[in-house]
Amino acid sequence: MSAADVEIVGQDAPPAPPPEEEEPTGLSGFIQRSTANIRAGNLGVLPIVVGLIFIVVFFSFAATNFFTADNFGNIIIQMAGTTMLAYGVVFVLLLGEIDLSISYVAGIGALAVAELQKPSASGSGMSGLLAIPLAILLCVVIGAAQGSIVAKVGVPSFVVTLAGFLIWQGVIVYRLAGPGSIIIQDRWINYTGSYYFSHTAGWLIALLVTGGYAAGVLFGVIGKRRAGIPVGETWLIVTKIVGIAIVSFGVVAICNSASIQGTPLGLPLAAVIIVFFLVVLTYLAKRTLFGRHVYGVGGNAEAARRAGISVARIRIVVFMISSAMAAIGGIILAANVNSVDTNFGGGTLLLDAISAAVIGGTSLFGGRGEIRNAFLGGAVIATVSNGLNTAGYNPGTIYIVTGTILLLAVTLDTVARRLQVRAGR
Amino acid sequence: MSDTPLLELRDISKSFGSVQALTDVDFEVRHGEVMALVGDNGAGKSTLIKCIAGTHTADSGQILFQGEEVQIHGPKDAARLGIEVVYQDLALCDNLDVVQNMYLGREAHDRLRRLKEPEMETKTAETMRSLAVTTIRSIRQPVATLSGGQRQSVAVARAVMWNSKLVILDEPTAALGVAQTEQVLALVRRLAEQGLSVVLISHNLHDIFETAHRITVLRLGRNAGVFERAKVTQQEVVHAITAGVPTKVSGIPATAGTQA
Repeated sequence: MSAADVEIVGQDAPPAPPPEEEEPTGLSGFIQRSTANIRAGNLGVLPIVVGLIFIVVFFSFAATNFFTADNFGNIIIQMAGTTMLAYGVVFVLLLGEIDLSISYVAGIGALAVAELQKPSASGSGMSGLLAIPLAILLCVVIGAAQGSIVAKVGVPSFVVTLAGFLIWQGVIVYRLAGPGSIIIQDRWINYTGSYYFSHTAGWLIALLVTGGYAAGVLFGVIGKRRAGIPVGETWLIVTKIVGIAIVSFGVVAICNSASIQGTPLGLPLAAVIIVFFLVVLTYLAKRTLFGRHVYGVGGNAEAARRAGISVARIRIVVFMISSAMAAIGGIILAANVNSVDTNFGGGTLLLDAISAAVIGGTSLFGGRGEIRNAFLGGAVIATVSNGLNTAGYNPGTIYIVTGTILLLAVTLDTVARRLQVRAGR
Repeated sequence: MSDTPLLELRDISKSFGSVQALTDVDFEVRHGEVMALVGDNGAGKSTLIKCIAGTHTADSGQILFQGEEVQIHGPKDAARLGIEVVYQDLALCDNLDVVQNMYLGREAHDRLRRLKEPEMETKTAETMRSLAVTTIRSIRQPVATLSGGQRQSVAVARAVMWNSKLVILDEPTAALGVAQTEQVLALVRRLAEQGLSVVLISHNLHDIFETAHRITVLRLGRNAGVFERAKVTQQEVVHAITAGVPTKVSGIPATAGTQA
């Protein structure tokens, strides 16, 4: 604190004018601002975190083998695929558009890697390390095509992607009509669903995540200090870093204590993939020109256009991101079952992915939402589904409960928004 | 200050099909002046503004900016000259905060297209302070939470921030209450004090007499008088708006203060 003050004086920085209205500081100030925020309708991630804790506590009592280290790892692997799709959905929803094709684009991505790794008659197939990027690239092209029809021609995204939903489903069914399914033998592809890091590697990753987060926060603080912009509360920053440390080391500790039939497991690769894309896409959305323009177009497309933003380009790129994330999710889902069959991409995948984004608080009308919403929403959906399965409920119950949670989450958000409009004026 | 007006329009005509929207209109804005542009609905105010802003191109006539003839074929040309328009709908993104709106489409970024958030925040704070916009608690709050007057202030501040020389305000007080109108009018006066030229389009003569230095009246797409605010009454302006006779016969320019 004092060192920074001295530094500013040393640089002969012009003295900052006194703020018009002193913001309350310290813990009481934080609580005061938070309650004001909640009253104004900015619930943030609070409801979903509370909801998730409630769900975990409920199933811990309802099912004896739910609250175990082994099952924790299961939930991570089960949520990975859907969460990837949901990350992409957030971008599409930020524009106020919809992408209904993602589940079968995921299927196309999975089908593509399966085809590419399939050993040919003459010998071995393509390595997963090459097949995965190629499959993603293929899906990016699909996304670019769909996005162009939306952005350049002006066909509603609902219709374009509904057509995509049918077309890509058709391609999968057509291609697999003969063999019924393709087994995935490539180890790299299967790793996305079943690789576990060693205990030591797990701890190192936790250290890396914590260190990276702390460094990111510190650089932000230094940048703000240099510019003479008020920095948040020191204790709050420290609390956040400590919180991240506890969560990452906690997750690794739980995963490291898991075992399957005596073989010790560790941190699943899927967890790293989830966190990696959470960080990268959050950065893209919040810290880059592109991300800012996505929020701008979603908030007021006409204003964005007048401000010189190429609205069509933003729309197309967003659909490309959505398809790319679908492909990644599809590959992970295929790796979970080591195969692709005619039903791939069907079932509740599409609606789970959209629900995950929306449960987390992403608006369907554009301009409002964050990548972490999809992360939390994906966790809720996977936990509910896993819990109900573990507790031995009928699969019908899973749909009913997920639907109810979706309705509750969006209702709560809508009510909160209405309060915000009132508080704002 | 030089006698050359900042902006001068000569004999501007514009028609849309068979509708003659503007006929030989002259218009002039001096340095550091608030010029009000008034007229009844359909008098051609919006068309004239759009010709300056580059949304429309005049069919005939000359546009001089700082004494030099210029061609304005699009909003980008206007922006390059230092002309910014604040339209009635403000074109703000409700979901973005004040800083993000100020920089929308012109964000400060590095080579890797990463945003320079501290720089944008500092400059926004400076602009707000220089315009004495003090009612906004935090420039990091979403625009959705601001009042109508504050939103107008943000839109005006955004127009001013880009080294603009001429700011055109389209009905800035139309949707505002008394106190907020006062806020915005004070802001308009400050712009002129800082040497900017302002074109103020308004239906509200009270607002105009509060802020404008001169008043240009249009009627049925023609000039119906240019008045010095200090030398005219509201009744005279109303008369010009509703029953003004064209002040200019083809080829003979109107003079300031001419009355029908």
